[in-house]
Amino acid sequence: MTEGTLIKVGMADLNIAEGGAMLRTTGLGSCVGLTLFDPILRIGGMAHIMLPSSDIAREGQLNIAKYADTAVPELLRRMTSKGAVTGRLIAKMAGGAQMFALVGAADTMRIGPRNVEATKQALEYFSIPLVSEDTGGNYGRTVELSSQTGVFSIRSVQFGVKEI
Amino acid sequence: MNLFKNDADFKMDVLREVGNIGAGNAATALSTLLNKPVDMAVPTVSLLPFEAIAERVGGTEAVVIAIFLRVEGDAPGNMFFIINKEPARRILQGLLGFNAAENDNYSELELSALNEIGNILAGSYLSSLADFTGLHMSPTVPSLAVDMAGAILSYGLLQFGTMGDDALLIDTTFLEGHQEAEGHFFLIPDPESFDKLFRALGVPL
Repeated sequence: MTEGTLIKVGMADLNIAEGGAMLRTTGLGSCVGLTLFDPILRIGGMAHIMLPSSDIAREGQLNIAKYADTAVPELLRRMTSKGAVTGRLIAKMAGGAQMFALVGAADTMRIGPRNVEATKQALEYFSIPLVSEDTGGNYGRTVELSSQTGVFSIRSVQFGVKEI
Repeated sequence: MNLFKNDADFKMDVLREVGNIGAGNAATALSTLLNKPVDMAVPTVSLLPFEAIAERVGGTEAVVIAIFLRVEGDAPGNMFFIINKEPARRILQGLLGFNAAENDNYSELELSALNEIGNILAGSYLSSLADFTGLHMSPTVPSLAVDMAGAILSYGLLQFGTMGDDALLIDTTFLEGHQEAEGHFFLIPDPESFDKLFRALGVPL
């Protein structure tokens, strides 16, 4: 991995980057794009979380990148195996929107806020500080993390690009 | 993901016919609204990885106009009417005399009109499906978004999300002038709904 490399993280997927590579996930709606960054070793990680809890999983082979409660420990494991130190990691996240406001909608339609909440709980469990977030609203986001600087950039149709 | 235990090919054919009947009615309704012929392609039924579903309408970041509604009743599911920007503009101009937005800034009135059109089309799709199957199916109040396809469509994948990383999509493309795609009808039945649909249609499970 060299500078300028772009690593795509799909839906319900996670990956790590080092050596200046960028991590990118596109079209986040109710999903949450969580990133972890070790500022000393300059290792970044990103998960595209789709659902809050693996308790609701009925799949045979669990995709641990999909659920907040399993994606966070897996991302942590992948990063520490590359030498990152849990106590140094900082988290940033975006997404968790409510794209459609349906009248009298079932709880499943409030999945965005629930994903955000569950992700925060998982971070708290490992005492990883969430330094900034851009969550909620009713619009989609594409996010990128630089493993060189830890800068997290968020693009939306309405508001253009912002960095946090 | 192994959604159907037996006769998978036959079941896919049955679902294609479900899409044919529903979207056929909706195409007729659209044609009446526009006062010109609207064709549709033969529906495709496929079990697709989540990301591939957005590829059908230009990729996860492509900006689309989508009307979403939840199907309630005996065989619940998610329905999207996705319309491309150019046909949306023509519909607004032709049907309502609006000088539709040149950029992506749609007025409240324009969005409301598109939402209502989506409502009419989805209603005709579902009512023909309900007649055909004898099942009770009713749409929720529709909701419209102009945004990235990935962000929008992920809403229709939550029910499949707990089961695996693929979803079954019944996709019908509307055509204008036999070639250019006007838009899509996506029906994504909840995983539990397939047995009910098949039972109602006399397909052995």
